[in-house]
Amino acid sequence: MIGLEHYLTVAATLFVIGIFGLFVNRKNVIILLMSIELMLLAVNINLVAFSSFLGDLVGQVFTLFVLTVAAAEAAIGLAILVCFFRTRGTIAVEDVNVMKG
Amino acid sequence: METLILFAPLIGALIGGFGWRLIGEKGAMWVTTGLLFVACFFSWIVFLGHDGVTEKVQILRWIESGSLSTDWAIRLDRLTAIMLIVITTVSALVHLYSFGYMADDPQWKEGESYKPRFFAYLSFFTFAMLMLVTSDNLVQMFFGWEGVGVASYLLIGFYYRKPTANAAAIKAFVVNRVGDFGFALGIFTLYYLTDSVKFDDIFAAVPALAETQVTFLWAEWNAANLIAVLLFIGAMGKSAQLFLHTWLPDAMEGPTPVSALIHAATMVTAGVFLVCRMSPLMEYAPEATAFIIFLGATTAFVAATIGLVQNDIKRVIAYSTMSQLGYMFVAAGVGVYSVAMFHLFTHAFFKAMLFLGAGSVIHAMHHEQDMRNYGALRKKIPYTFWAMMIGTLAITGVGIPLSGWIGFAGFASKDAVIESAYAGTDGGYAFWMLVIAALFTSFYSWRLMFLTFYGRARGDKHTHEHAHESPMVMLVPLGVLSLGAIFAGAIWYGSFFGKTNEVAGFFGVPYAEASEHGEKDDHSDDHGEAKDDHAAKDDGKKKKTSYAFTGKPGEGAIYTHKDNHVLHDAHYVPTWVKLSPFIAMMIGFLLAMWFYIWDPKMPKRAMETNRPLYNFLLNKWYFDELYDAVFVKPASMIGRFFWKRGDGDVIDGTLNGVAMGIVPFFTRLAGRAQSGYIFTYAFAMVIGILVLVTWMTFSGGAH
Repeated sequence: MIGLEHYLTVAATLFVIGIFGLFVNRKNVIILLMSIELMLLAVNINLVAFSSFLGDLVGQVFTLFVLTVAAAEAAIGLAILVCFFRTRGTIAVEDVNVMKG
Repeated sequence: METLILFAPLIGALIGGFGWRLIGEKGAMWVTTGLLFVACFFSWIVFLGHDGVTEKVQILRWIESGSLSTDWAIRLDRLTAIMLIVITTVSALVHLYSFGYMADDPQWKEGESYKPRFFAYLSFFTFAMLMLVTSDNLVQMFFGWEGVGVASYLLIGFYYRKPTANAAAIKAFVVNRVGDFGFALGIFTLYYLTDSVKFDDIFAAVPALAETQVTFLWAEWNAANLIAVLLFIGAMGKSAQLFLHTWLPDAMEGPTPVSALIHAATMVTAGVFLVCRMSPLMEYAPEATAFIIFLGATTAFVAATIGLVQNDIKRVIAYSTMSQLGYMFVAAGVGVYSVAMFHLFTHAFFKAMLFLGAGSVIHAMHHEQDMRNYGALRKKIPYTFWAMMIGTLAITGVGIPLSGWIGFAGFASKDAVIESAYAGTDGGYAFWMLVIAALFTSFYSWRLMFLTFYGRARGDKHTHEHAHESPMVMLVPLGVLSLGAIFAGAIWYGSFFGKTNEVAGFFGVPYAEASEHGEKDDHSDDHGEAKDDHAAKDDGKKKKTSYAFTGKPGEGAIYTHKDNHVLHDAHYVPTWVKLSPFIAMMIGFLLAMWFYIWDPKMPKRAMETNRPLYNFLLNKWYFDELYDAVFVKPASMIGRFFWKRGDGDVIDGTLNGVAMGIVPFFTRLAGRAQSGYIFTYAFAMVIGILVLVTWMTFSGGAH
């Protein structure tokens, strides 16, 4: 029987993969966006799992919102990325350090 | 009416000072002068119509705090009435005189407007001075006291382009602060002990104060003595008595009308007024009055010696003023306050006139002040010469000896002071100092006259050729003041230094026939002719009646303790004492004649044989040098230390160290954390979340 803890384990694993994708990755900004997407999905799994576990639909409704926002965010992120590429000619994470103090 | 007298000069000062752009320079001058003459007119009405009864005019409630209740009120008694006429008369005449004296001042550039400012300061000074003398309590008096200090500062430094004038103004202010500190301490002590600053309450509490001990600094003191000395320290500063006198000669940097008004006739006599005003306290403070007598006599002597050799015409008169103030303090010290006021009163006339006359000479000589460059001016400026002559006759005390009052103003009052000093100190130190000072006074006054008006013309020929008599606006005040210098002594002799009952009536003090008749008669029997003189004056009254003051402290304008018979005794001093000031005056006059008329080479010879003494006097007993070494230099060293080490190193150093060392160090550290790489920030965020979650887990979250 697949219980709540299995879902949570998968979600946690995905989340950790996402985090590591964020700060271990030194190559590509697109991978960063994908990592963020992964973390959001992990959260969504959590929400759905708890929703079904507790028999409360609010969690699943919330998931739909998150998905929507994530889609919008991905669209904006990619748009920014395109602009960034046009000005800097690269999307390597190593080169993005304009905010250096 | 009193309110009008008090506030007319203030209104004049405000209109003249702030409104002259609207009413013009001439307008401002006329407004201030006109208002002063109005005040003067009403002052004389008040003085002549005053019956000796103390009146109070409440103006407003000033400070109400806890048990301290201070009103803004006018206390009008005889002392105030005398001061009112002195101040307003001299001030009005000085205003008028300034029309001429300040007309073309070489200190100012073409088109610069300085006259309204000058007149406004003069009027403001007059207001502050009136505030001082009309006050009903010590706090209000202190306000006036400081007000005249400010006005004096502004007027001494009136020629603000002259560095010496600025230095003199600062010196006057600082030296006066020393005195004011004593005065303020005196007020605090009085308030501490009597819980009031009103004169009435203080006077009523005086007998109790005389039996109170108070701890001050390191010792126990008699309260009355302590307070009297503290107040006298204030008076010393204002009245340029020894040790706090150094500012007065330097104050001559101001325009001459200022010297006449502030540094001769009015402000410097504020100290004498204070001592007379506090007469109930002084009567219960024998040690303090002994100190006052000693210091007054010494000042009279020292100032007179310095006056002998000064060359600046105004400085001679300044030292003369200081010397005469010493006379007044001796009179007040021996307990004859009426005589102190008498000398104050007559001195105001003749000294203001001497100053204005000197101003007229300076004006004629194109602002040359060195007497060595004068000479033979008698014909060139005859009116000024006669005015100065009257002033000199008055200050040296010319009159008919033994007549008491037939003579110039100074004769009546100065002889009264000297006789009082003899009676009050049994012919002691103060008496001899004053007689010697009278000799010196005569010498330097005549020296001034001879050097200025006689002999041959010295100095710049061109200046002498262009010497001209001053305009009418300057001569009229001289004329009016010379009337005062001639007659003031004779007219009011009885009121100030007559029989005890006359004086008591004038000052509104209760009196009665002396109870110890026998003892008094014994007193006068020693001096037979004096008694005869006295009896003759009494118009056939066979039996001599003598009176004594019987008032309680605070009744009447002055208070004299019932055991104080100095006023009475002063009339019965030996004949040689009565003659002594006259003889001293004659010796001084003849010496001056010898030195400056008969044998003009004499001063040079005398100077060369007594070179050290001459230098000692010329350098004013080295007081300035001494103070410079003892106070000014160390103070400036401490100041320099605090400036360089304290301010420069500690305060600036701390700020610089923090702003340029520590803060940049931490900013560099913080800057290094800003790598600019997103993953670094993301890592930091994750670490943060981890820490938060861990903390929540272990601390149990919201539960």
